[in-house]
Amino acid sequence: MELRVNNQLHEVDVEPEMPLLWVLRDMLNLKGTKFACGIAQCGACTVHLDGEPIRSCSFPVSAAAGKSITTIEGLTENSDHPVQQAWIKHQVPQCGYCQSGQIMAAVSLLNKKPQPTDADINAAMTNICRCGTYKRIRDAIHDVAGNNAENTLAYEA
Amino acid sequence: MNTQFNPSRRKFMLTSAAVSGGFALGLQMPSKAQDVVAGSDVNIWVQISPDDTVTIKYARCEMGQGSMTSAPQMVADELDASWDQVKIEYVDVNEHIRMDRAWGAMVTVGSQTIRNSQEYLRNAGASARTMLVAAAASEWGVPQSEINVSNGVISHAASGRESGFGALAAAAASQPVPETVTLKDPADWHIIGQSPARVDIPPSVDGSQVYGVDVELPGMVYAAMATCPVFGGTVSSFDATKARTRKGVMDVVAIDGNSVVVVADNWWRANKALQEVEVNWDTNGNGNVSSETILETFKASLAASDAAPMPNNAGDADQALANAEQVLEADYFTPFLSHSPMEPMGATVRITGERVDIWASTQSPEGLVTEMVNALDVEAENVYAHRVQAGGGFGRRGGSSDYARAAALIAAELPDGIPVKMLWNREEDTQHDFYRPLAMYRLKGGLDTDGYISGWKARIASGSILNQMRGAPLRGGVDFTAVEGFTELPYNIPDQFQDFKLTPTHVPLGFWRTVGWSQTPFAREQFIDELAVAAGEDPYHFRLKHMEEDELSRHILEKVADEIGWDETPAAGIYRGIATTEPYGSYTAAAVELSVNDAGVINIHRIVQGINTGHMVNPDNVTAQLEGATVWAISAAMWGEINIEQGKVQESNFHNYRLLRMSEMPVIDTVLEATGGFWGGVGEPGQAPILPAFCNAIYAATGTRVRSLPLKHHGFTLA
Repeated sequence: MELRVNNQLHEVDVEPEMPLLWVLRDMLNLKGTKFACGIAQCGACTVHLDGEPIRSCSFPVSAAAGKSITTIEGLTENSDHPVQQAWIKHQVPQCGYCQSGQIMAAVSLLNKKPQPTDADINAAMTNICRCGTYKRIRDAIHDVAGNNAENTLAYEA
Repeated sequence: MNTQFNPSRRKFMLTSAAVSGGFALGLQMPSKAQDVVAGSDVNIWVQISPDDTVTIKYARCEMGQGSMTSAPQMVADELDASWDQVKIEYVDVNEHIRMDRAWGAMVTVGSQTIRNSQEYLRNAGASARTMLVAAAASEWGVPQSEINVSNGVISHAASGRESGFGALAAAAASQPVPETVTLKDPADWHIIGQSPARVDIPPSVDGSQVYGVDVELPGMVYAAMATCPVFGGTVSSFDATKARTRKGVMDVVAIDGNSVVVVADNWWRANKALQEVEVNWDTNGNGNVSSETILETFKASLAASDAAPMPNNAGDADQALANAEQVLEADYFTPFLSHSPMEPMGATVRITGERVDIWASTQSPEGLVTEMVNALDVEAENVYAHRVQAGGGFGRRGGSSDYARAAALIAAELPDGIPVKMLWNREEDTQHDFYRPLAMYRLKGGLDTDGYISGWKARIASGSILNQMRGAPLRGGVDFTAVEGFTELPYNIPDQFQDFKLTPTHVPLGFWRTVGWSQTPFAREQFIDELAVAAGEDPYHFRLKHMEEDELSRHILEKVADEIGWDETPAAGIYRGIATTEPYGSYTAAAVELSVNDAGVINIHRIVQGINTGHMVNPDNVTAQLEGATVWAISAAMWGEINIEQGKVQESNFHNYRLLRMSEMPVIDTVLEATGGFWGGVGEPGQAPILPAFCNAIYAATGTRVRSLPLKHHGFTLA
């Protein structure tokens, strides 16, 4: 089966039901996309399929054939996507394991809604971060959007 | 059918095959560790290259807690380097062992990295600086006392001479090592107390960070495993006929008597085939244990007459309670919890002749070596534990390295030189943890006519991590990790008696972030609130009046109370709770503002969390740790529980072991205090006061005193 990953074509000999995640990780050696739950609960395995975020641990590779797959490695050539830069500026990651998925989810959100509200962020950013970096993820997204992070979710007595 | 296993087979297979060191893997190090030019080792911590690059060694682990950045900050500060010239490099574990553990402890647990390393790390920086100064004085023919070092520049004002570190590094390395050095006055720190960006963050935003699970080696095979779901159980027999026919499956074996393993050419194939192995387990008598039977055991422990008294008991608590104006008694319960780091447990092991290489996300590189020695009967000097970032640790990867042992035993079943990457699926990870101990607390408190606590009794019933995981004898019959929070109350209570009733179960126990302090404050700080309510007093001022002799506890509590505006009335419908704790050498307090509607939906409006670490190395990282600790506490409060039925853990994955998500993230404001005079921990302590402050606020809002967790069983949900 032929897969287009990060604008490169790959021929892979795999069972059609193998989740895309394991083709990416174990066949194509793209290790930035992570395994954490295997049941589409946590989003650590998030990649883009024709620009849409999908949870690749529960997505059969056969359904990705003929489509364009983007992983964290393919987001930019020089790791300088505005979302990646904001992640560094706000010192978002702790252990970092979930952050490939968080970043792919955030990029997708910002592509659709360049100026997301907190409600938009809550709806789109459903990935689990065990370290608990949600506050900084929210701040970083607002920063990319040009929103004033200081004024979002501020305490109002 | 294949039940053949022989873990010690390896020692008969050892050959004298020449093993070359330095397997080139291309593992990407954090950016600061890249492009290191060969330089002079001024001491074991500081290497200086001709181009002025200062390479600082880091001995402990990085799992998101940030000390790979903050520990070298201390070296660089005393060295008077510029942070811009600093690169950070892990200490090689094998070299460390061969050099008689020259770099001190590598284990990264208990918020110890800063507080237990600070003295030797600052000394290392100061010593290297002294040697640079001596080299400059010698070369320039001027007195050492006239030489200044600042931001990586060595200068002599009178002669106008100036040099970077690099030009003098070789000469410095041959200077005598000073016997003593004078460390800086904290007022002169220029890197300690600053927040340089964490060095391990850039590779975490582009997928290039290498975690244990990401290691890839030529000829690698992949393993998935299932351990007897009942703790302590074993494999009676298994039938892998069907699994063996599956694509890519190479072998199916049992290891350690309690686990079945499928080895394949791809992890997903291994894991899928594993589901098709039919295993007969022997539950070894634990098949009838349930949460209910465990609870009955713990209730009996609360009333037992043979508990071990704690060393801090004072006065006559029984008499004080008999004389009290009012006496309150309450039982509290905290459940088992799993760590559930995002990266599941796994390890890669390759045995080549007498050499063992292991790559595993860990909090204890030396623990990995010990596991290899024990599992494979090899010499520690022949074990090479490679450094990787851990995808969360939280205590899971520090106490037991059971997953590394499993990978070693699988590698021993394979031909020499074949690396195997063993990875647990999430279900295995959730159901074979070393859990935060379940505990029950029975508290009694007496109030005198002036509203002071005149007598205090506490019974703590818990299993023992130290005893169960390590077989360690308990000093005086008390596991201090289970009773922390009760050993030294910040409150002045002259007559107090506290004891510990060891209550073992078959459930493995481990160090869960914040350990005893993750649960004892739930009881202690809520019971203080109960006493305040009974005395008709404000919970904050009630605490303060019992803390007159504990200035540091009072200080952080006052700061947090000020920040949330405790003495001003909150808006209608909003309620507050407050708590204070003194964990891991730091002082922490928290206040929570929330509202609860008639349906039990909790809306957290704001959490103020304060910490006084004494000295503080990297404030932004401290803030990040406090933010994360809050997520831990609220997740545990709302949903956290591990239940046992028929000897097995019932929870399996994130759908039934709920963790907080973005939409539930409360507003957090942090109060950072560095009053000096001591070095407190950071990673663990943040969580301690959140849980009781949260529950105290729920009481204020609803009148419901929640004495058992999680809150979901009391009709509460989170907005």
